Amino acid sequence: MEGEIGIMNIIVCVKQVLDPEAPPASFKIDPSTNKVVPPPGMPPVVSTFDEYAVEAALRIKDAQGGKVTAISLGANLLRDVVKKPLSMGADELILLDDEAFAEGDSWATAYALAMAIKKIGEYDLILCGRQAADWDAGQTGSGIAEILGLPSVTVAKKIDIVDSKARVERVISDGYEVIEVSLPALITLSNEHAEPRYPTLKGIMAAKKKEPIVWKPADIGVDPSQIGAAGRRTKMVKLFQPVREGKCEIIEGESPEEAAVNLALKLKEVKIL
Amino acid sequence: MSEYKGVMVYGEVTNGKLSAITTELLGCGRKLSDDLGQELCAVLVGSGISGLAQEAIAFGADKVYVIDDPLLKDYQTDSNVLVIEKLVKQVMPQILILGQTSIGRDLAPRLAFRLETAASMDCVELAIDPDSKLLLQTRPVYGGNARAIFTCESYPQIATVRAKTMAPLARDASRKGEVITIEAGLDPSVIRTKVVEKVSEEVAGIKLEEAGVVVTGGRGIGGAEGFKQLEELAKLLKGAIGATRPPCDNGWVPDGAQVGLTGKIVAPDLYIAVALSGSSQHMSGCSGSKNIIAINKDPEANIMKVARFGIVGDWKKVLPAFTEKVKELLGG
Ligand SMILES: Cc1cc2nc3c(=O)[nH]c(=O)nc-3n(C[C@H](O)[C@H](O)[C@H](O)COP(=O)(O)OP(=O)(O)OC[C@H]3O[C@@H](n4cnc5c(N)ncnc54)[C@H](O)[C@@H]3O)c2cc1C
Ligand SMILES: Nc1ncnc2c1ncn2[C@@H]1O[C@H](COP(=O)(O)O)[C@@H](O)[C@H]1O
Repeated sequence: MEGEIGIMNIIVCVKQVLDPEAPPASFKIDPSTNKVVPPPGMPPVVSTFDEYAVEAALRIKDAQGGKVTAISLGANLLRDVVKKPLSMGADELILLDDEAFAEGDSWATAYALAMAIKKIGEYDLILCGRQAADWDAGQTGSGIAEILGLPSVTVAKKIDIVDSKARVERVISDGYEVIEVSLPALITLSNEHAEPRYPTLKGIMAAKKKEPIVWKPADIGVDPSQIGAAGRRTKMVKLFQPVREGKCEIIEGESPEEAAVNLALKLKEVKIL
Repeated sequence: MSEYKGVMVYGEVTNGKLSAITTELLGCGRKLSDDLGQELCAVLVGSGISGLAQEAIAFGADKVYVIDDPLLKDYQTDSNVLVIEKLVKQVMPQILILGQTSIGRDLAPRLAFRLETAASMDCVELAIDPDSKLLLQTRPVYGGNARAIFTCESYPQIATVRAKTMAPLARDASRKGEVITIEAGLDPSVIRTKVVEKVSEEVAGIKLEEAGVVVTGGRGIGGAEGFKQLEELAKLLKGAIGATRPPCDNGWVPDGAQVGLTGKIVAPDLYIAVALSGSSQHMSGCSGSKNIIAINKDPEANIMKVARFGIVGDWKKVLPAFTEKVKELLGG
């Protein structure tokens, strides 16, 4: 690609997950199935970092025009949840929605997403979250890039398109580095990026009316043996909740100030201070 | 698969020294390779790093591969994947471990896909299964609410390791090992990224990851002003300031102060958690602390279940009195 890129085609991968902000006490595993029991009364959400990826895409679109296509993979995806990118301002939603896609590992998921992206065909930029809020794998973005043969930059907090390249601020432990990458490229987003926008009423209405495109494994030319549980390269031997030992001693006092003094004395007594 | 043998550690260098995570990886790798009855090797990638090979041996490596090339000065995905791919195909290790750092997070998955194997990220325990001899990879999932053990039957088995979860060996300068220099042989045109600039946002004073005391504030602190009060206590205790994600997202403190799953991993002697709920994602970054102290107005907050001592109350009332008393006790 030469010279200025005008209209950008941007694809954002968005995962539906159990609400990661549910209180830790509500987290349960069913030992008979080795699966997480969804906490009652807490609907699933779009994975946190993926909302930042949508925001990053929309900012580029706002700046120079473009088309933003969101894509979600799963089984029985809840339309109200996965339409969030549309209500934020994305143009198109593609769902890879089929039982065969369920329970994949990063390999199986990245493969299916990459094949869907190939089918979409036109893209300058693919955006993902740095890691999904359920399995915290942090691999799918790099996997898609590798399968499609694209350069990748992970854990970004800002993307600018300059002279047909992306200028990316990548978060590192003591600050950030500015990286220039040729397009098309894959970039993963972190929460250090500007906050995701709230859907507007207009956006919500538009999203309600918009029907997602649904693709089955055959539509993207993948064999069921390569995706979902069948396509895994890692086996999960066990899923368990670590036991939390320890008991908290509550330090009391007549007033908060007195409790504070008692705490300091206690820390001295047990030689922490 | 039997032609694959040994354990390989991807070493990282910071400020001209082996980074702490690298010595931890070598400690863990030594144990795994002894359990397998095989060799432990390390690989050092960079520019002007060959002098550190002996150091990797002192921390447990039998062999060190050094790939030293000006093109490798900055970590870049394309160049690192290429040189490690080549080395892995030559050495054929059964296991490859890296740190869960900005480098390991980026390199491990891309390399795993390139080599058509799989990686497990952010492991907190690694062991050899006595029957299958496969690597048992234990990692927190669901933000730390659960743990899962994974295996992978394709080689090399790749894992990244969370900081401060493995013990380094004591440095032994008399240890003997072999240093092997490998040509990078890189064609610069294959590197599709360019590092334009590095911006350090390091806060002055004690490094968060190395501090013996960490005073951390959460959303309940309410603003940058409040963090000034936390700073006063931190200074008094010669500690560092930490934060949960909301204060960072809100710009009350620099992003680098975030402790947790996607922030820094700390394990100080004393961790003072003020006005934070103790989400599993936050606890992922500090649960290794020796003593956790909580100040929270909600007795039901999760942090009250994991702390050793707690005060139920408004931090605005508790903290000044606490700081005052600590100052007095420390005689200053
Ligand atoms: C994939 C993923 C990764 C994440 N990574 C991280 C991470 O690395 N680090 C991290 O911290 N978070 C992370 N988070 C966010 C995490 O889930 C929580 O949202 C966050 O930790 C909550 O921060 P908090 O405890 O400060 O806020 P809250 O949960 O809102 O808690 C505020 C607490 O302050 C108390 N409080 C309020 N006012 C006062 C007062 N005046 N006096 C005393 N107490 C008061 C309240 O009782 C409450 O308990 C991540 C989330 C996801 C999904
Ligand atoms: N099922 C999915 N559907 C759409 N995007 C996904 C899916 N799984 C992972 N991703 C994308 O890949 C990122 C990293 O996921 P993971 O590797 O699972 O941690 C997520 O933040 C998403 O952007």
